[in-house]
Amino acid sequence: MSAIPADASAATAVATEDAIETGRPEPMARRVRQRLTSRGATAAAIIIATIWTIPTFGLFISSFRPEDSIQNSGWWNFLGDFQFTLENYGDVLASGRSSSPNLGQYFLNSLAIVIPGTIFPLVLASMAAYIFAWGRFRGKDTLFIFVFALQIVPLQMALIPLLSLFINLKIGEFQLLPAGTYAQLWIAHTIFALPLAIFLLHNFISEIPGEVIEAARVDGAGHATIFWRIILPLSVPAIASFGIFQFLWVWNDLLVALVFSGGTADVAPITQRLAELTGTRGNEWHRLTAGAFVSMIIPLAVFFGLQRYFVRGLLAGGLKG
Amino acid sequence: MEDLGEKFFQVVIALAIFAAIIGLIMLLVDRAPKSFRDKATIIGFLAPAAVLLAIGLVGPAVLTAFLAFTDRNGDPNGLDNFVWMFTQPEALVTLRNTVLWVILVPLLSTAVGLAYAVFIDRARGEKGLKALVFMPMAISMVGAGVIWRFMYAYRGAEQEQIGLLNQILVWTGSEPKQFLLDAPENTFFLIAVMIWIQTGFAMVILSAAIKGIPNEIVEAARLDGASAWQQFRNITIPSIRGALIVVITTITIGTLKVFDIVRTMTAGNFETSVIANEMYTQAFRANEPGRGAALALVLFLMVLPIVVYNARQLKMQREIR
Repeated sequence: MSAIPADASAATAVATEDAIETGRPEPMARRVRQRLTSRGATAAAIIIATIWTIPTFGLFISSFRPEDSIQNSGWWNFLGDFQFTLENYGDVLASGRSSSPNLGQYFLNSLAIVIPGTIFPLVLASMAAYIFAWGRFRGKDTLFIFVFALQIVPLQMALIPLLSLFINLKIGEFQLLPAGTYAQLWIAHTIFALPLAIFLLHNFISEIPGEVIEAARVDGAGHATIFWRIILPLSVPAIASFGIFQFLWVWNDLLVALVFSGGTADVAPITQRLAELTGTRGNEWHRLTAGAFVSMIIPLAVFFGLQRYFVRGLLAGGLKG
Repeated sequence: MEDLGEKFFQVVIALAIFAAIIGLIMLLVDRAPKSFRDKATIIGFLAPAAVLLAIGLVGPAVLTAFLAFTDRNGDPNGLDNFVWMFTQPEALVTLRNTVLWVILVPLLSTAVGLAYAVFIDRARGEKGLKALVFMPMAISMVGAGVIWRFMYAYRGAEQEQIGLLNQILVWTGSEPKQFLLDAPENTFFLIAVMIWIQTGFAMVILSAAIKGIPNEIVEAARLDGASAWQQFRNITIPSIRGALIVVITTITIGTLKVFDIVRTMTAGNFETSVIANEMYTQAFRANEPGRGAALALVLFLMVLPIVVYNARQLKMQREIR
């Protein structure tokens, strides 16, 4: 946000400063020491970056190697015996073979879970955040802090009772939220996202200038109109950054899926399938490597495509919280 | 692919129902009699989130607290579950591991993240270097589990290694090692995975904080002849204290709830279980909901001080406003 221009000017300031310094005669020792520390720092940074990247890189390379090569030689030999195949991907996504993990199905499930699982909490949290920012009623602050504090209830604590609630939620014989549909997952993800979403969106919405809202009210706009026509459009940056978070969080979730999906190919997301595969076929590396990458494609695309908003969201949550 | 149609249909129906509910709320709020309109708005906007939080977090949390004092048939059994937790050897191992995780992960990821942020500050290609270390944040913990299981993969000494770490051991003349099976050090190898994921988070937040340090202060220190280390200790660290606390608390909470890594890499076997995983195993696999609930309660108590602290900070902020 405002950090970008400030930083740019800081960088130019440093650059000119350096230029002046080099033009001036300086004690030799100081110059050498500075260069050394910065060289050491660069080396250390490169080492860290390499260590952090190699594991993913190795998996990526392996996913394109034939089964035989993966099992019999390390992936770092890939240049020596260069072989390239897409067979692993074909095999894990959809193949006639009964042993195929059929990840294509589960990939679709993940998509079907993540879309409502992101939209529902965003809308509900924006509404609540608007009231917490601009509504007037007694006990508002206390209630808000209580909602914030709910972040602390571990998911694990809520799972069992919520599951039995879903099972017992019936009208006569008709089960409102039957097992083996997405509905339980959508609602569970919505609930678990609300405390943080309300908190972050509230921070943003409360910064909207009061005059804007006052002006609309004088013009006779009701709360619903103000919310949809003014608050939501102005909050797009905050909604976008939290939306990305929620998207990644739901896509990458395992625990909620394990409890509420029933584990069938009709509902279970790709993370659940992948976890299952590592348990039952932990040595079929040609499948695991390709499978892991299939599960990472969407989050990595979201991450690299929307990195700016993602970081912004982190900062809003991190520095204000 | 008749499946695709059906999945798509479910999602569309869900979004339609959701839109209808929200539309109805908006309509009712706008049509309410004038004297009652403000109140109707507050109720209408807050109710959906409030109901969901009540049934999904508050209620279950209270229920779990009671459940923690019952046996597998639901009869009260006093403190038996807690006695089990603090006396049984395997339960004690779980507690010990959790403590190790909670100390090592926040400490090391913050330290490495901070070092990296300092090293690459204002370096050429800073954005790309950041993305490399930050990327694991976007990968699911299940995916990370697969990536690292591959790094730790073990083959007997007479065979070719396919896991990079064992190959390095062989290169340096040692015997290959069962990284994930040999207790107690295997817990450290699981912890390394979480550090790998969380370092990026620490780095991004701390890097933003470092860029927020006023340039004049840094310049003044430089003119006074402060070395790089002195600058770091006496200027950088005190200036980013707030961000450091946020990073450490956030990572601590995330670490306490860690589940997916343990689940995918060892399923909690070989003395690697942690509270969050053990809770799932007890409640959903071993049919001991009481023990599961007791573990969840302990988890809650461990996180409680952190949230109370944060809620206090929040309250102070709001009062200042």
